[in-house]
Amino acid sequence: MKNLTRPILICTAVVIAAVLLGIGVGSVSISPRETFTILWQALRGLPLEGESENIQSIILLTLRLPRTLLMLLAGAALSGSGCAYQGLFRNPLADPYLIGAASGAGVGAVAAMSLQWPSTTLGYLAVPLASFAGSLLAVFLVFRLARVGRTLPVTNLILAGVAVSSFATALSSFMMVNAGGELRRAFVWMLGGSTMSGWKPVLGMLPYALVGLGALLALSYKLNILQLGDEQAQQLGIKVSHVRTQIILAATLATAAAVAFSGIIGFVGLIIPHITRRLWGGDMRRMLPLSMLCGGAFLVIADVLARVLMAPQELPVGIITALCGAPFFLFIMRQSKGKSW
Amino acid sequence: MLMRTAIESAGYTREPILRDIHFELPPGRVLAVIGPNGCGKTTLIRAISGVLPNVQGECHINGTDLLQSDETSRARLLAVVPQSTYIPPAFSVEEVVLMGRTPHLNWLGTLSARDTEIAHEAMRLTDVEGFAGRWCSDLSSGERQRVILARALAQDTPVLMMDEPTSHLDLRYQIEFLEITKNLASQQGKTILIALHDLNLAARFGDTVMAMKDGKVAASGSAADVLVPERIQEIYGLSVEVFQSPGKQGTIILPL
Repeated sequence: MKNLTRPILICTAVVIAAVLLGIGVGSVSISPRETFTILWQALRGLPLEGESENIQSIILLTLRLPRTLLMLLAGAALSGSGCAYQGLFRNPLADPYLIGAASGAGVGAVAAMSLQWPSTTLGYLAVPLASFAGSLLAVFLVFRLARVGRTLPVTNLILAGVAVSSFATALSSFMMVNAGGELRRAFVWMLGGSTMSGWKPVLGMLPYALVGLGALLALSYKLNILQLGDEQAQQLGIKVSHVRTQIILAATLATAAAVAFSGIIGFVGLIIPHITRRLWGGDMRRMLPLSMLCGGAFLVIADVLARVLMAPQELPVGIITALCGAPFFLFIMRQSKGKSW
Repeated sequence: MLMRTAIESAGYTREPILRDIHFELPPGRVLAVIGPNGCGKTTLIRAISGVLPNVQGECHINGTDLLQSDETSRARLLAVVPQSTYIPPAFSVEEVVLMGRTPHLNWLGTLSARDTEIAHEAMRLTDVEGFAGRWCSDLSSGERQRVILARALAQDTPVLMMDEPTSHLDLRYQIEFLEITKNLASQQGKTILIALHDLNLAARFGDTVMAMKDGKVAASGSAADVLVPERIQEIYGLSVEVFQSPGKQGTIILPL
């Protein structure tokens, strides 16, 4: 493996810059220096002096910081799982959205929400679990439908993914219409607007995202070997079906966590792995952590745009990522005609 | 190590492709497997390496039955050089060769200095060390074939099986590749099975030649016994003339 330290440092710097931007930009702007002061005071448990600092610290600690961290986590989870799906299906067009994982998670989440909406503490546990189940079911379906014998043709994968995704999306819409009342909120949620504010969604997402992404990082080495194809991987001593199941579970858990708490945010899981692959190569031990960092930073910046572009009105962040993502997707398709990655 | 194979039947479905393949291969020897397209050479390699779903029989290396062991212990005994030269792009040559160390690593795949050393030794032997840092997508298929051999050598196994490993190589590298193979057998005592299309190469490098036809062993023995016009006519349906070259390296088979 080529040196990992430099790219990690670069990406971490980008993440820090994005987080400072995410915290600083809004109706009340907060400079990085003020941010550090407020965070330092808060960490030491000291109150702040002066009224204006007080307002800033409330905005920062109860609104901006949790929201920025939520976007960071969701971006990392979606890019990390996108990277894993691309590796697993050996297909550069796979991402949580195309594979159906995200829309499957959406169905699960909406189903759980229509039972437990507005969410209670129990609802907080039920939503991610239901997303996970929906997500797994969708990925399993796509995988089975697309497979021909021992191979997984690209066209089949995309067709099956699109079909299952549309079906799942229609199903969630149907459930939302049926649920009535909270329609608009659920709709905003579906497009990736974080309707829930405060620390609750961050703390809710954290354990699922950490387990999913941690497992992916631990499996990254075996994911590399799977790139050789099932037969060669097996001849190199990898239990292919075991490893594949583990990776699907981990990536789907991460996707479901992101979807359950921040809605369906498309294209992050597609663009980011492509960028990291082009910049630093396809070794998953490099690509996975770097994709997570870049994905987090990207989503934080997209969220800033979503807040700023039509201020004071907020756009759902899913609209921003799709606006950037769809053209990029087409660009990749044009580019990859002559090359296989 | 001695490799003792007795495959009763093997195939992708219930319908077997291979039947009654029995052979013993002592350490330090090269077995050249020949036969027309579709005779089962590749299937034989896949059967022994455990990737075929339906295999009846056994294949013992040093007392371990490969067909009963799990992936990791099998990969410590047996390395395979596949026919395909597919290497995922966006990996460097060194990264691919290091993948050969997989069966010897822990669950996180942590590489030790020793693993890197073994991989570099394998790269030196196959003459790919010079472009260790290059992306595999930038290599010619001959170069990729040598990278794949290096990966199999890095696996550091007593037995090596190769499926037409010289098909993408030019004349010079064909000979060099097979010389390396021969030396691995004679100097390191590796047991080597190699499927070859080129009968001249099989005659030159195989200590034993096994000819297959329709999933069965049609003939087995020294090159001088197997590669005779009548046998070749029988196996390939082709008339040939067999010469002994006046130089040092034996047989020339010339289709008529």
